[in-house]
Amino acid sequence: MQAHLLSLLIWLPIAAGVAVLLLGESRIAVARWLSLLAAIATLVLSFPLLGHFDTQTAAYQFVERAVWIPRFNAFYALGVDGISLPLVVLTAVMTIPVIITAWTVIKARAAQYFAAFLIMEGLMIGVFSATDALLFYFFWEAMLIPMFLIIGIWGGPRRVYATIKFFLYTFLGSVFMLAALIYMYVKAGNYAIASFQSLPLTLEEQRWIFAAFMLAFAVKVPMWPVHTWLPDAHVEAPTGGSVILAAIMLKMGGYGFLRFSLPITPDACRELNLFVITLSLIAVIYIGFVAIVQTDMKKLIAYSSIAHMGFVTLGAFVVYEIVRTTGQIQGAAMGMDGAMVQMISHGLVSGALFLCVGVLYDRVHSREISAYGGVINTMPIFAAFMVTFALANIGLPGTSGFVGEFLVILASFKASFWYSTLAAVTLILAASYTLWLVKRVVYGPIANDHVAQLTDLNGREFVVLGSLAVLVLAVGIWPEPLLKIMEPSIHHLVTQAIATKIPV
Amino acid sequence: MIMTTLLSMSPAIPEIYLAFAICVVLLFEVFVGVKRPGATSTLTLLVLVVGAALTVGYADVGQREVLFHGMYVADPLAFVLKLAGFLVVAVGLLYSRMYLENRDMLRGEYYVLALTALLGIFVLVSANSLLTVYIGVELLALSVYAMVAFDRESGVAAESAMKYFVLSAIATGTLLYGMSIVYGLTGTLDLGVIATKLTTPGSLGVVLSLAFIVVAVSFKFGAVPFHMWLPDVYEGAPTSVTLFVGTAPKIGYFALILRLLAHGLAGTSVDWTLMLTPIAVLTVIVGYVVAIAQSNLKRMLAYSTIGHVGFIVLGFVAGTPSGYTAALYYTLVYVLVALAAFGVILLASRKGFEADKLDHYKGLYKRDPLLALVMMVTMFSFAAVPPFVGFWAKLRIIQALWETHHIGLVVLAVVMSVVGAFYYLRVVKLMYFDPPPDSLPATLRPLGSRLVIGVNAAAVLALGILPGPLLDLCSRVIH
Repeated sequence: MQAHLLSLLIWLPIAAGVAVLLLGESRIAVARWLSLLAAIATLVLSFPLLGHFDTQTAAYQFVERAVWIPRFNAFYALGVDGISLPLVVLTAVMTIPVIITAWTVIKARAAQYFAAFLIMEGLMIGVFSATDALLFYFFWEAMLIPMFLIIGIWGGPRRVYATIKFFLYTFLGSVFMLAALIYMYVKAGNYAIASFQSLPLTLEEQRWIFAAFMLAFAVKVPMWPVHTWLPDAHVEAPTGGSVILAAIMLKMGGYGFLRFSLPITPDACRELNLFVITLSLIAVIYIGFVAIVQTDMKKLIAYSSIAHMGFVTLGAFVVYEIVRTTGQIQGAAMGMDGAMVQMISHGLVSGALFLCVGVLYDRVHSREISAYGGVINTMPIFAAFMVTFALANIGLPGTSGFVGEFLVILASFKASFWYSTLAAVTLILAASYTLWLVKRVVYGPIANDHVAQLTDLNGREFVVLGSLAVLVLAVGIWPEPLLKIMEPSIHHLVTQAIATKIPV
Repeated sequence: MIMTTLLSMSPAIPEIYLAFAICVVLLFEVFVGVKRPGATSTLTLLVLVVGAALTVGYADVGQREVLFHGMYVADPLAFVLKLAGFLVVAVGLLYSRMYLENRDMLRGEYYVLALTALLGIFVLVSANSLLTVYIGVELLALSVYAMVAFDRESGVAAESAMKYFVLSAIATGTLLYGMSIVYGLTGTLDLGVIATKLTTPGSLGVVLSLAFIVVAVSFKFGAVPFHMWLPDVYEGAPTSVTLFVGTAPKIGYFALILRLLAHGLAGTSVDWTLMLTPIAVLTVIVGYVVAIAQSNLKRMLAYSTIGHVGFIVLGFVAGTPSGYTAALYYTLVYVLVALAAFGVILLASRKGFEADKLDHYKGLYKRDPLLALVMMVTMFSFAAVPPFVGFWAKLRIIQALWETHHIGLVVLAVVMSVVGAFYYLRVVKLMYFDPPPDSLPATLRPLGSRLVIGVNAAAVLALGILPGPLLDLCSRVIH
């Protein structure tokens, strides 16, 4: 069983999704429970991954390998290391709230809604656990289809515009990555990511491949200036879609940088790291300002996501400056640790914040900040959760948000005083937009009749937000286990990233 | 003596059988079909299925065999293409049956013409001489002209048939002229001999003959700037004919390029790849970009076909066995997916109602979930999104282009797939995101066709998840 654990994690939700689809709308009660059961089973199955994970090695674990396409030398090859394992578990975690919160809220074509998310869960786990680039790309692109349908079918008024923009943007990014992957396949003779990582490439080649990867991953993260699809997609997507987009899909961009860009094109990364750092800092600061002026809650959180993901790319690419100024690998590893923790933390926090907005939206049917005010008077328990997640979004010590941001700022301080100063501005900006949002929505006197008639969280919502709050605090107070899982892989990654691949 | 002669002809059984079967179907129509409409249709399907079985039994030759004094070649490639031809035409005719019945076109002649066109494809596929090539081209084209004009009542159909006939006749003339120059240079019609004799690229005679041949081939395939007939024919012809024109003949024209240029004129590949390059670039761009502006689904698919033809030509531009493999794979995949896409149009149409406008697909999901699902699968496959088979076709072409260091063409290919994604997504949007209008008639529900179209879409998915066998097959038959 352990030998096929990853396959099970991928195909169980997909099979359940197809089953739910076949059950159809007429047997929606069964379909609902089956979806929940499948999502929980997937999470439970991911526990042995954590339990049996060897934290001493950077090698892939739970490896599976079968011939997939002999003509291409492509393998159905799966495995996780310290970088992908937390993301796999995060995916398994975040699908459950999506299904629970949609329980009675989604009325039209509900079975398809559940099926789409289950299928997407399997595909996303596939992205994180594929160790063959062709398989990775297969999952990476296939995932667009369910998300396209989710936004397009269950989204808001401008859903068609948003979903087509989302699809084309990400598709445009990925096809160049595909071209780069095929180029390397022609050189290497197979699609194993490991063989790409050890493939000698001239600086010229690396630059082009870096550019192709950059396009794919920067769109997904998303980095300024290719972020414009995200606010639209987030605003129009149904709650579950926003949660998965923010919590998991954005992480794929960060994961791509760590798995592909840094180890495959290290020399190009070294040469162009200032470019990425600049874009990251623009995202952190400029997008932070943009977030302040938003009047739509979802849009605000979407911009906040872009700013937070800026930390991820900053933490990943600041390694070159650290190594250059200090000559130490330890400091560099800290930046990447920060990037990884930030991804996990942001996955939990932004997912939870979108769920909070969903709770309000289900009751009032408005995402406008001005439609609310004084929610705490009628929904005290909800207010407590919302404030908790808001504080985690700011990066308050004791929450998961703090750990990632602190590590990245600390690491960038080693690289340059100015990086860390600029990055630290985000703490102020995040506090401004998040607290102001909380102030306007949660606190104050009851603003209108809608708010006066609000009812507090029901049992389902309480369970979902409660467990996410526990996770956010757990990672914040005791990040050690997470860091331990990542340590050997991060170390290995840093050595790959600072090595040179130019053939002599 | 006679026995051995007959036995040596066994690889040609698909053609011999088909020619014989055409006569039987024709007679059957005269004596039985006129009294019982539909009987000929059933017989034709039977003929095609038996033909597929015979092909598997007799034409599956291990290696290349040349028959009939060098006129005819039987090789694994021909076997694969003929088997595909039988199956594609059978499935296409099955989808068309109710559509033809509703339009009073369910007549034996239609089936006879489809079969003669198929015979033309087979002759092309097995051509090993300039003469055989020409016979194949003409047999196929003449049958298709008649099919396009089959609906006598329709002025549009007659107009497009006329356009097709006149333009196509010019192209055929061009082909003949190019061939005559080749004959003048080499003194032979045998493609195998031409391949050994014509090895001086760049000479005036070669370039002149290639120019004519490339123009003719581009016309037949619908490559830009010789594509003008294609959208008109696709839009004007009855949809069942559009399906036919859009699928099986592509197999024949693929074989035309392969036998004529890639094999017979292999020695001059430097020249013809150079000529094909701008054609491929224009074809991909025009096909994909102009499709965006269409409001008629058949016309949109016509331009999308042009775009896909561009990709097939890109495989030939690579000029290597790997490129030909990619082109073969792309052709087979395209035909498989197009079959389902046009099948949906046929089944969504009713008596007196052509579901050929994009708006007719609004809310199709609500009206007919199966057809909507099939159409979505084909659209995502055309857009080259995994897990559908169209993805591998594009990947294979890009790989062939990388191997030959055509970096500009790689960029073109990937950028154009994004452009294409836009209008394929629009169809999905209409079907799944828009509410259905009240006025549209219900879709057709013949059980057999719906079952087959479901299997067809499932094949698009299955070959997308496990592309190995088909890729392997294409690779083996080209080498």
